[in-house]
Amino acid sequence: MTALVRVCEVSFGHAGQIVLDRVSLCVEPGRIVTVVGPNGAGKSTLVRIALGLIHPRSGTVERAAGLVVGYVPQRLDIEPTLPLSVRRFLAMAVPGTALGIMQDALDRVRAGHVLDRQVGALSGGELQRVLLARALLRRPGLLVLDEPVGGVDMAGQAELYDLISAQARQTGCGILMVSHDLHVVMAATDEVVCLNRHVCCAGHPEMVSRHPEYLALFGPRVATSLAVYTHVHDHAHLADGSVGSGGRHGPECRHG
Amino acid sequence: MDEFLLRALAAGLGLAIVAAPFGCFVVWRRMAYFGDTLAHSALLGVVASLLLGILPIIGIIVLSLGLAVALAVGQGSRRLGADSLLGIISHGSLAAGLVALSLMETVRVDLMGWLLGDILAVGWADVWLIWGGGAMVLAGLAMVWRPLLAATVNEDLAAIEGHAIGRSRMILMVLVALVVAVAMKVVGVLLVTALLVIPAATARRLAGTPERMAALAGLIGMLAVGAGLAASWRFDTPAGPSVVVVAVLLFLAGQVRR
Repeated sequence: MTALVRVCEVSFGHAGQIVLDRVSLCVEPGRIVTVVGPNGAGKSTLVRIALGLIHPRSGTVERAAGLVVGYVPQRLDIEPTLPLSVRRFLAMAVPGTALGIMQDALDRVRAGHVLDRQVGALSGGELQRVLLARALLRRPGLLVLDEPVGGVDMAGQAELYDLISAQARQTGCGILMVSHDLHVVMAATDEVVCLNRHVCCAGHPEMVSRHPEYLALFGPRVATSLAVYTHVHDHAHLADGSVGSGGRHGPECRHG
Repeated sequence: MDEFLLRALAAGLGLAIVAAPFGCFVVWRRMAYFGDTLAHSALLGVVASLLLGILPIIGIIVLSLGLAVALAVGQGSRRLGADSLLGIISHGSLAAGLVALSLMETVRVDLMGWLLGDILAVGWADVWLIWGGGAMVLAGLAMVWRPLLAATVNEDLAAIEGHAIGRSRMILMVLVALVVAVAMKVVGVLLVTALLVIPAATARRLAGTPERMAALAGLIGMLAVGAGLAASWRFDTPAGPSVVVVAVLLFLAGQVRR
């Protein structure tokens, strides 16, 4: 299958600091790729490179031609001086959208009550839901979410994750998601990329599901309600995130 | 009504309409200092025009366009904070303009007129410049309104949705530079930004959409111009500052409400 977005051996630095070191990543239609890692691991930078918002210092980024991207940023700070209703904010994503379609999109993320509110007056959780609704309104081929459930209550988080994975299943859209939670990765993630400036390890949430016969039998999205990804850390990190000399690298490890 | 008052009113009302939507963007995108910098550097443009023997408005427009483009391009570099950089250019060019002006012994310039505006001295040519030029810059703004608004909400989302962010930002800065250059005649170097910022800030609490805020800012600006000119006529106060004082009073009245 052709990839929606393919990031290949990408490096990025900021003010002399290495933020990403030869990172590769690939999202195919209908598949969910989750990037996990600690604060400052370069997750958001990787997402912004994949989106083409910033350019890597080296390496390549390829996106499928004509790809429609829905993006849910980590946060959205609207200038308090800008009067903007949720209705208008949604309409800006897809001009000419009928009111009923917008209302449906909000209902799906359980934020049906905010259509006529001002964006600046929304709570953090409501705003994240609106951002997700807005991204889905675009009927994206690729949905990119940077910590999409920040500020959303626990029950709501599971709901939104269900909605996101349903989107991949029903529409075949590819999903690239960032989470800072290293251990608990959402349901039905097809691939986990553990990032700490370099790719520590990458693979399916459970080792078993990587087996080709297992895939043929159940498909890539075996329903596991909350997959636990075991982080296989076989090397030590120094304080700056580089790999310590005493470390031993696993077979998946691609850094020097 | 005397004809010069009629001209002043026509020029002021036209400027209020033109300045309103730009003022909104200046407020939304926190560009007030940018407008100030353009205005303060205009004095240097006036001096240069006098030395070259061309119309002051041409010198002002050329200088502020150059400055706008330079600032739009230079926004990427981060050696100094943007506000520090603007502060240096703004006051540096104002001071340089004042010094250069004092050195020109052959030409006499109405310094107060340039600093505070001389709306009562505008001619019909100025009025036409404001209405004709104003219509053109408004048309230019209308063309980039959607990408600009999208970028004002969030630049990343706007870029992903296919809006040309860099280009529309550049167009906005150039258009603001033109508005500032034209407005100088009416309210002067020191008060130009007030005409952009205050009506927009006053309109904020009364408006629910960006467009309504721009329209309301236009009405508030026109009210300030009308009442300011009337006060200037009645109390024999300088016209430009009177307009700004009325605008500030309207702003304060808007804050008291509720």
